[in-house]
Amino acid sequence: MKVHEEKKQLEKALLLISAKARKFNLDFYDMFFEICPADIIYTFGAYSMPTRYSHWTFGKAYHKMKTQYDYNLGRIYEMVINSDPCYAFLLEGNTLIQNKLVMAHVLAHCDFFKNNVHFQKTSRQMVESMAVAAERFRDYEFKYGQAGVESFIDAAMAIQVHVEPEGLKRKRKAAGPGSGKPGYKKRSTTPYDDLWSIGKNVEAATEDCVGKRTFPRKPERDLMLFIAQYSKELEEWQRDIMSVIRQEMLYFWPQMETKIMNEGWASYWHLRIMREMELAEAEAVEFAKMHSEIIQTSRTRLNPYTLGLKIFEDIEKRWDQPTREEREKYGRPGGQGREKIFAVRATENDVSFLRNYLTKDLVEDMDLYLYKKTGYDWKITEKEWERIRDAIVNSLTNCGYPCIVVQDGDYNKRGELYLKHEYEDIELDVVYLEKTLPHVHTLWGRPVHLETVLDNKPVLFSYDGGKGARKILI
Amino acid sequence: MKEPNLVITREDWSLHRKGEIDRQRHREKVREAIKKNLADIVSEESIIMHDGRKTVRVPIRSLHEYHFRFDHNRQKHAGQGDGSSKQGDIVFSEPRFGQGQGQGAGSEPGVDYYEADITVDELAEMIFEDLGLPNLERKKKPELASDALEFRDIRKKGISSNIDRQRTIMEAIKRNMLKGAGGTLAIMPEDLRFKTWEVTYKYESNAVVIAMMDTSGSMGPFEKYIARSFFFWMVRFLRTRYNNVQIVFLAHHTEAKETTEEEFFTKGASGGTRCSSVYKLALEVIEKRYDPGDYNIYAFHFSDGDNLSSDNKYCIRLINELLAVCNMVGYGEIEGPYYYTSTLRNAFKKIQNDKFTCVTVKDKGGVYPALKKFFSLSPAQMGKKFE
Repeated sequence: MKVHEEKKQLEKALLLISAKARKFNLDFYDMFFEICPADIIYTFGAYSMPTRYSHWTFGKAYHKMKTQYDYNLGRIYEMVINSDPCYAFLLEGNTLIQNKLVMAHVLAHCDFFKNNVHFQKTSRQMVESMAVAAERFRDYEFKYGQAGVESFIDAAMAIQVHVEPEGLKRKRKAAGPGSGKPGYKKRSTTPYDDLWSIGKNVEAATEDCVGKRTFPRKPERDLMLFIAQYSKELEEWQRDIMSVIRQEMLYFWPQMETKIMNEGWASYWHLRIMREMELAEAEAVEFAKMHSEIIQTSRTRLNPYTLGLKIFEDIEKRWDQPTREEREKYGRPGGQGREKIFAVRATENDVSFLRNYLTKDLVEDMDLYLYKKTGYDWKITEKEWERIRDAIVNSLTNCGYPCIVVQDGDYNKRGELYLKHEYEDIELDVVYLEKTLPHVHTLWGRPVHLETVLDNKPVLFSYDGGKGARKILI
Repeated sequence: MKEPNLVITREDWSLHRKGEIDRQRHREKVREAIKKNLADIVSEESIIMHDGRKTVRVPIRSLHEYHFRFDHNRQKHAGQGDGSSKQGDIVFSEPRFGQGQGQGAGSEPGVDYYEADITVDELAEMIFEDLGLPNLERKKKPELASDALEFRDIRKKGISSNIDRQRTIMEAIKRNMLKGAGGTLAIMPEDLRFKTWEVTYKYESNAVVIAMMDTSGSMGPFEKYIARSFFFWMVRFLRTRYNNVQIVFLAHHTEAKETTEEEFFTKGASGGTRCSSVYKLALEVIEKRYDPGDYNIYAFHFSDGDNLSSDNKYCIRLINELLAVCNMVGYGEIEGPYYYTSTLRNAFKKIQNDKFTCVTVKDKGGVYPALKKFFSLSPAQMGKKFE
């Protein structure tokens, strides 16, 4: 049978590719590849996970992807899940060479999941956890009605990105109560030790002078957690839904904050691995075509595959053949390219990756720019490399979402929720803001407020369950 | 490092339907959203002016996944050039829309502004869902029984030109599979399936819309557009109830004449307004071509109401004559941006007849309520409908 043969061929190719990858020191989990038809891969793409709960927004994403596929406008080349063993999907009907590329690419992704520090706290059993949660959601639908469950998920998803990724939380705790531990002082042996107590003093001082307990004690970034814990209106099943959506977001967060690195890393390796394979001429041409499609650049957005690939290649070059200045100033001996990029893939995320390694030469080489809207036209406004780098880094901070904190969970002493946007010179989309507040109200059950800045003035948006209001704070 | 385990599998995914199910749910929500926005959609230009395409794109506002986000239009974005980009280059330009774009949502590139594809018929179905046809009278000889042939049965014997290929092959596959033989397919005589027709009886009924419009100087493109939207849906609606719907266009200022559809909606005339002229013409057209015994007649007149006051009395008399032969007569007055002293609407207040309806339309959003008013069933008629 043809199908059987295809599988045989793929198995042979996978063995070869995996051997090459391991020769290059890529370190990945056990790999399970599943061959499936396009609509199944698109389903997984839309849900980001095959076992995730059911919701119309995923149906919308699926519809969009499938339509594009049907019109031949876009194709997912890869779909890989951060899990142990690692699951990846191959598109039925892809040519052998296409699937070879996908396999090489995916092995590098898995190496990244396994070794990058930001993934260390992610659950590797998420496929199962999500399946179990999805089952519970289905039960809730039976018990509490489909419409009610659906609209509650709508509300929770509206603020799902407002979680606090584990890494940040750990740091904050260390600076908080931990600093008071006995024996802490013994470590004070450097001239900078007074820095450790900065946070502590400020905290003590503010508590003294305010003289009242605020709730929460410090502004809380994890809206999902705060509301799930303290909302007085939620039923148990609703808290469960919020907590599941939060857990899933925490699981996806590292992927969101390493998109450029991860895709760059995978592209870097699929190139190297495929170059070592013996390809027939036609295959080599097809491979070249696919690769160039993957790294195609756009005038309106950065292609993470291209950007990441370029930076990794540049790091490798600069550590392999340092300039004289780099040798003298940084004591870089040369020949450490590979070693360096493995270290980078283990420790950085997109923000630090770009801040540390997007150089003047790269920005100019790649012809990056910033553009902005003026009238009906979007025009290039910036070609100066440092400003470009900083703007890109800024746009990646918090995965590109605005930082919103719970300022007061008992506002007006009436149990109202006061949120504050930590404004840093980009205004919020007011239309979206006004439509999101009712969702927050659904979750909190009492009037909700959000403070932000419009035209350099602090503005408070409120929603009390019936109508919205906005007033300028002076 | 231990050697990682490598596995390739291929499961049967044919029962995995999650994506399809949620897609269906999304589609339902789109329809709900369309229903909520019908008032806006009814006068959507892309639909009224659509060029005979089956599907139209309907903008929908309520399917966004709202969340806190930055104002895209105020952000700086990064892009990549071909090596020669310089400050001041235009990356792209937005199409210049007229008014009504506002709100900021949706104009940005790559951000989801949901546009649903929907067929005009589906849309019509939603619009007409709660509309009824009032004053359905039994015509003396309206039902011309005609027998139509419909293919709706499958049999094992039949004419070879009517072979149902798909079903025949399915049968062949089935038979082969039962025998446990795969591979080559031989089609045996017992596999053959034929489409077969049945005779059905259809009742033909005819309707005619007498579309009348004031084309005096005061009726601008906006007023005509409103009238056009109204007639567009009116004809669509009547088509759901009658097999054959014709439409007659009568334009008038101080004199009336029959025009083509094109002229009706585009040509403007100037001068004063004498509405009686068009009513008179309508009566003549009905008398000559559309015997009320055979046709269900719907007459509707759009004007800005600025009629010669000396003419009003005559108008009322003619409307009453029209009412005697028509199923319904409607008068729509379009209130433009300026203040008009309507004389005609006031005059029509005197007409007391179930079959006569007066509506006013102020803006695009008013078309849908006007349709609803014109085609709404009074409670008494509702009762009749369900008898």
